[in-house]
Amino acid sequence: MTATGIGASVRRKEDFRFVTGKGRYTDDVNRPGQAHAYFVRSPHAHATINKIDATEALKTKGVLAVLTGDDIAADKVGGLICGWMIHSKDGSPMKAGAHPALAQGKVRYVGDHVAVVIAETYAIARDAGEKVVVDYTVLPANADTASAAKPGAPVVHDVAPDNMVYDWKLGDKDATDAAFAKAKHVTKLEIVNNRLVPNPMEPRAAVGDYDEGNESFTLYTTSQNPHVARLVLSAFIGIAPEHKLRVIAPDVGGGFGSKIFIYAEETICVWAAKKVRRPVKWTSDRTEAFLSDAHGRDHVTHAELALDEAGKILGLRVKTIANLGAYLSTFSSSVPTYLYAPLLSGQYNIPAIYAEVDGVYTNTTPVDAYRGAGRPEATFVVERLMEVAAREIGRDPADFRRQNFVTQFPHQTPVIMCYDGGDYPKSLDKALELADYASIGKRKAESARKGLLRGIGISAYIEACGIAPSAAVGSLGAGVGLWESAEVRVNPVGTVEILTGSHSHGQGHETTFAQLVSDRLGISIDNVAIVHGDTDKVQMGMGTYGSRSGAVGMSAIVKALDKIEAKAKKVAGHVLEASPDDIEFKNGKFSVKGTDKEIDFASVALQAYIAHKFNGQELEPGLKESAFYDPTNFTFPAGVHICELEIDPQTGVVAIDKWTAVDDFGNLINPMIVEGQVHGGIAQGIGQALFEGAVYNKDGQLLTASYMDYQMPRAGDLLSYDIAVTNTPCPSNPLGIKGCGEAGAIAAPPAVVNALTDALGHEDVPMPATPQTLWRAAQRAVTKAAAQ
Amino acid sequence: MTAVSMTVNGQHVSAEIDPRTLLVQFLREHLRLTGTHVGCDTSQCGCCVVHVNGDAIKSCTTLAATCDGADVVTIEGLAKGDVLHPMQAAFRENHGLQCGFCTPGMIMTAVELVRRKGTDLDEHTIREELEGNLCRCTGYHNIVKAIGAGAQAMGAAAE
Repeated sequence: MTATGIGASVRRKEDFRFVTGKGRYTDDVNRPGQAHAYFVRSPHAHATINKIDATEALKTKGVLAVLTGDDIAADKVGGLICGWMIHSKDGSPMKAGAHPALAQGKVRYVGDHVAVVIAETYAIARDAGEKVVVDYTVLPANADTASAAKPGAPVVHDVAPDNMVYDWKLGDKDATDAAFAKAKHVTKLEIVNNRLVPNPMEPRAAVGDYDEGNESFTLYTTSQNPHVARLVLSAFIGIAPEHKLRVIAPDVGGGFGSKIFIYAEETICVWAAKKVRRPVKWTSDRTEAFLSDAHGRDHVTHAELALDEAGKILGLRVKTIANLGAYLSTFSSSVPTYLYAPLLSGQYNIPAIYAEVDGVYTNTTPVDAYRGAGRPEATFVVERLMEVAAREIGRDPADFRRQNFVTQFPHQTPVIMCYDGGDYPKSLDKALELADYASIGKRKAESARKGLLRGIGISAYIEACGIAPSAAVGSLGAGVGLWESAEVRVNPVGTVEILTGSHSHGQGHETTFAQLVSDRLGISIDNVAIVHGDTDKVQMGMGTYGSRSGAVGMSAIVKALDKIEAKAKKVAGHVLEASPDDIEFKNGKFSVKGTDKEIDFASVALQAYIAHKFNGQELEPGLKESAFYDPTNFTFPAGVHICELEIDPQTGVVAIDKWTAVDDFGNLINPMIVEGQVHGGIAQGIGQALFEGAVYNKDGQLLTASYMDYQMPRAGDLLSYDIAVTNTPCPSNPLGIKGCGEAGAIAAPPAVVNALTDALGHEDVPMPATPQTLWRAAQRAVTKAAAQ
Repeated sequence: MTAVSMTVNGQHVSAEIDPRTLLVQFLREHLRLTGTHVGCDTSQCGCCVVHVNGDAIKSCTTLAATCDGADVVTIEGLAKGDVLHPMQAAFRENHGLQCGFCTPGMIMTAVELVRRKGTDLDEHTIREELEGNLCRCTGYHNIVKAIGAGAQAMGAAAE
């Protein structure tokens, strides 16, 4: 390993600009003549729009335009789309209600877009927005997940009169029923996976620009996948053909899934730029972000686990209602289906699994992928079942898990996934040792002496990452392929530019991707530039989500580097007067086998461009190669997280005092960055378990639409984590890497809740387990203990 | 319109502004100092923290007009050319940032924390003092480490 190669904790190349305030985020972009947009949003969860009167707003000095759904319709701007087709049990396609970028006749959630005011300044636009008079007829709201599809519930979209987007299933019902019929013990759980708001610290923003001379558009936007944004804005929404639409996602301040999607505001900014013949800028404020960024999770689940007399799992049965909100967001339909149920086998040998998922409409903000996307929900179901089952049959939760682990690979689960490799007992053993699991009894007794309740909780998670291969996801309904592209441009002086379709919004690609190139070509990382986030520079790409940039994005770079090396060997062969077959490439030098003749990489690059030493008809000059990489399988990161905590039964306040994580991500490119990803994921997972929850009242009003009402984890709420890894290299990509971006958020919630229930004498607690919730549960636990 | 003048990062600036202009808008839109960010506009997240007369304040809820005559330092004013302030260097060295959006506010808060509490900061103190700053990427683990190390480095640099 070199100091900057694969496996080194290289300090990040991008950090100088971030620590000096020189990052360039979308809101930092200002175009000459720029106007500002303010969105008039629905204050009602469900209403018909009778009339929009913009007369007074238009009289305001500095207002350029007030545009509504009628203008969208007149310009034939297409609706926002959902790009993943899901079919119901009867084979019928999901029921997708129309999703215009500005409401047409009806609003369906608080925050729905009714009109846009465009003015010289944001303050003028906002002031004028207050003068847009909208006459609504308020309708009853449908805001509760569990009852959304019950008879008599208010209908959100006429195309789905029962509010069912789909009723979907996965697995073998008969085989699963048979497994339950012969079970010795059945564990049953009712689970609510709380609705979350992603909350990247940078709010969404957009600047739309129209070049009259070239009849072309540019959209600067906070996107995790600018190419997919361009594709959708072009092919479906119809803003402009792709070659007339440039999408630039500059520095992006976190995404966590919420910036994958193509939203109304970005669409309106780019469309309106041509209408007002001025660049149009919009930046979300935080409450707008709470109302309009796609939310995450929100499942109501009944789950059952069947065991034989020896504690072996026979079957798993799940019925989930998934709230998809008022409209189908870009990838929403896939999240509670193919990103969820195929992970219900966990790390375990489960012969029969059957899952039913009802996707339902409600008058709430659309729900889509949020860090983990379906996999945290699946892991929560599996790991809560494992914990509760172990306690019900009087087994140690660690031993019970170990007994049921998958140990042979490849392992075909009954729910699509074929696990390609792993060593689950190894991660468990290491985690138990690091957590000093063996002496938990002693620590519990010490806490009890202080009047505190101590608990320990295990979560053995698995996830499917590197979302791909294209043919596989296509067969499951995806509207796009999920490969990745890379282009390697070697300059005549030997510096290298990597153009990638992945997008970095905190993951550190400018460093890790450069490490790969440095390792491979033997050049300094300072001589490598990573170019991403601009559809005019990078030809096509699928973006960053699902922990796919390493496993898929870097693999594409490997493939292009293979071609670079092959071509460079031919050039070196001509220079060194040897056959390319006799040329070796090592440590940045090309040499002729068995001789001391050698030439360095930069010199070969120069020779490739000056083309003096070879015949340009036989060997093309230049040194630039590209590749599209489509993997052979998903990757399967897995690991064990252990949470240990203390609850004060007098106050319900909980203190997590030890967190142990042992993750198997395969090979690591930059361990420092991997650890950082795990830290952040755990924090979001603890947030879900203890603090965060989006709450709607029965009228569909979001009660948690600011940081004063929605509790984000703060530094004082959290702790420093003990992180370790195991490594079974991934067999499905050339680098042997699995992806690490979501693991913490997937693993953490059940670890926390399992620890809470352990502390509380097995009292179940809902998420978020607030002090009030825990105080009540602690009182029940204390009463129960006293009665015994 | 209201006339304001202040010192920003050592430079004297004056302008005629709409009286409702916030300090962060003055910095970002009038002076194009875009290192100071707006994450919540309600003084909850701390992405907008700058120093006004040495105190760390939230510029998203401060009227620029109230800073007339003040000495303002933003993230752009910390480094000396290419030489990072010790706290900036510590964030880079300890991987105390990922997306970088909260980072300017974190660093400005941390520098002022050292001024108030000294260069020897324990983990508990750092965590409590970060009460007004949110980060969604790092889980705070490396931010806490970075501030501890940065504080020590500031002490060493002052000796």
